[in-house]
Amino acid sequence: MSALLTRDLALAVRAGGGFGLGLAFFLIVVVLVPFGVGPEQALLGRIAPGILWLGALLACLLSLDRILALDWEDGSLDLLATAPLPMELLVSTKALAHWITSALPLVVAAPLLGVLLNLPGPGYLWLLVSLAVGTPALSVIGTFGAALTVGLKRGGLLMSLLVLPLYVPTLIFGAEVARRGAAGLEVAQPLTMLAGITFGVIALLPFASAAVLRINLR
Amino acid sequence: MRVSDLSVARGGVRVLEGVSFTLPAGNALVLRGPNGIGKTTLMRCVADLQPALAGIVTGAEDRVAYAGHADGLKAMLSVAENLRFWARVFGTDGIEAALTAFDLEALQDRPAGTLSAGQKRRLGLARMLVTGRPVWVLDEPTVSLDVASVALFADAVGAHLARGGSALMATHIDLGLDRAEVLDLTPFKARRAVDEAYL
Repeated sequence: MSALLTRDLALAVRAGGGFGLGLAFFLIVVVLVPFGVGPEQALLGRIAPGILWLGALLACLLSLDRILALDWEDGSLDLLATAPLPMELLVSTKALAHWITSALPLVVAAPLLGVLLNLPGPGYLWLLVSLAVGTPALSVIGTFGAALTVGLKRGGLLMSLLVLPLYVPTLIFGAEVARRGAAGLEVAQPLTMLAGITFGVIALLPFASAAVLRINLR
Repeated sequence: MRVSDLSVARGGVRVLEGVSFTLPAGNALVLRGPNGIGKTTLMRCVADLQPALAGIVTGAEDRVAYAGHADGLKAMLSVAENLRFWARVFGTDGIEAALTAFDLEALQDRPAGTLSAGQKRRLGLARMLVTGRPVWVLDEPTVSLDVASVALFADAVGAHLARGGSALMATHIDLGLDRAEVLDLTPFKARRAVDEAYL
């Protein structure tokens, strides 16, 4: 497992690995929003948690088709399937590598970009917490989508359509934590729901991903 | 390893039925047959990458190292890094023997993406050595290899058989192995071409 993780991390940071693609997209979205909605500071502060969550989610979506497609194309997925590594562990490792290379940079960058959107003071901590708790679910659900569409040429559109509805609960509760935090309200309830979704998908979805991957490799 | 009464399908179409053979340790079995007869499908089935329609494969669980048409190399990793990754995945150590066997020492720091087709194939075959698995399943292993590389490959397979391993391969080249049998798949071609499940 650690061999696969270190290889995926090494591949992500080398040329052509796509590291930073999601981060650049996130930056562009957040920088462009004030131009689109106008410079009114109160309005920007009110919509900032939602915009930041939406930007992070879409940036995450952008890198999903790399999770398994590259390994499928060059044949390593077949070889990994015959290796002494359970398929469930394989997809979990892939999801973890995606979270570290694609989602973690977004979590770290989000509070910095919050400044551009005039995010209210108490919101920074809760934005960071909600993204840290919620984005693992995005990676795990995304790996499931990637496993469903592996082997399809240009399956990106289909995967986005399959994955987006599954992302909605995480977006609702994640953005709610950030919004309530920014407004200085109680966040325990949506944060519990968000953590519940994340732990639930981490526990269950790898089995589903492994099952569809086995079928798709036939 | 023993295969008994195996039927396999590709894309819902039954291609082979009633295939039976035994592959004892130290032996090689070469599959022959025209294109599309189902050599690849049979070997993917033996490697447990797809289920059989009927019949069973015994003695293959966690003992098979598979090499298909694609070599599974990462272009941005060097030759040594590629091999070391597979060694770690399979829990073995030492890639030097594999590098030597396929004459890759001089290339070990080159990114795999810059290798020629034949060199890539040699690296893909060197992977079989680092897996440490006793049963090699090789699909067209000699594609894009030159005469000298084919000789290296034949030596590696010969050494593997001498260590008590076995090899199942589809190739049209005679490797000059001592203990190799040839199995022509033409008599096993499925008569009912379409699987009922798809009708």
